Amino acid sequence: MSINRKIVSDFIKNRIEFVTTVPCKQLAGVIDEIEASTNIYHIPSNKEDEGMGLCAGAYMGGKRAAIIMQNTAIGVTINTLVTLIQYYNIPLPMLISYRGEIGEPVACQVEMAVHTKAMLEQLKIPTYHFHQPSDAEELNPILNHSFMAKKPVAILTDASFWQGA
Amino acid sequence: MIRSDVLKALIPMISEELVVSNIGLPSQELHLIDDQPTNFYMLGTMGLASSIGLGLALAQKKKVIAIDGDGSVLTNLGTLPTIANNPANNFILLIIDNGSYGSTGDQPTYAGMKTSLARVAEACGCEKVVECAAENTAAAVQAALDGDDMTIIVSKCESGNIKVPVIDMDAPVIRHRFMTEVSRRNA
Repeated sequence: MSINRKIVSDFIKNRIEFVTTVPCKQLAGVIDEIEASTNIYHIPSNKEDEGMGLCAGAYMGGKRAAIIMQNTAIGVTINTLVTLIQYYNIPLPMLISYRGEIGEPVACQVEMAVHTKAMLEQLKIPTYHFHQPSDAEELNPILNHSFMAKKPVAILTDASFWQGA
Repeated sequence: MIRSDVLKALIPMISEELVVSNIGLPSQELHLIDDQPTNFYMLGTMGLASSIGLGLALAQKKKVIAIDGDGSVLTNLGTLPTIANNPANNFILLIIDNGSYGSTGDQPTYAGMKTSLARVAEACGCEKVVECAAENTAAAVQAALDGDDMTIIVSKCESGNIKVPVIDMDAPVIRHRFMTEVSRRNA
């Protein structure tokens, strides 16, 4: 099974039925799988905070939701993560492309990469770093953990993870 | 009419419906006038009432009314293309457009100047957009509730605020109470 298909299969296993995405080159394959899935309503959003609002609404409507985005979005969404997702105890798995790590061709991406884990730590968001394809074996329990705890979780997927996959 | 007058006129038709209410005074006024378990009050996160409302409408069957403001829609203008391209026929977005940021001291918004949110919504692809005077808002909302089309209503009213207390309910309590009601109505 391709890594993209495995990720979407774990989403479905965890009864995730509503996924919003803001694209990143590394995430193109998984976004295609989400779009193709008949079990998941795919709703692209224009900005990640908007996407988190959509996810919060879907969750309150009885559908488990997740967001797929780039790590630059952590900078965009801090207020939404704190005053909506965390304040109201809303679960939200965030599958994040961890740009700016080893193998990154665009220097500017490194500027956010150096802050990514520090911001997630400051926000006390449980964070998991996928560096090699076998790390994805933990995805299923991580998703389960988010819904059990009613908390956002961050899954950082770096260039080595996607290149090896 | 100011926003609180519009809200008062709406109560008979929205009291029993699922309502997502915008941050600040709109939520505080609704909470004071007619607190219901079917109301989801935003205590923070300016701009996301329409996004939360759309997500809720897409995820379940009952009608959803998101009560937003012109300032908040301008903050999250990307919401209108998303709404237009993911139509939910049980969704009503009511933009109470008083041309000002009411909760922060009535500073003017661009919606009170050259920008028409109704025309922006139409340009984004929203198919049913109704602009009305404050006095006609209740009738417009009733028509949208009776109909079967996703509707964007822009209610042009005067700016001004009444004195209201802040909402004392804890956020997870608001969310839990609301979700229980959503689930009960969809059972």
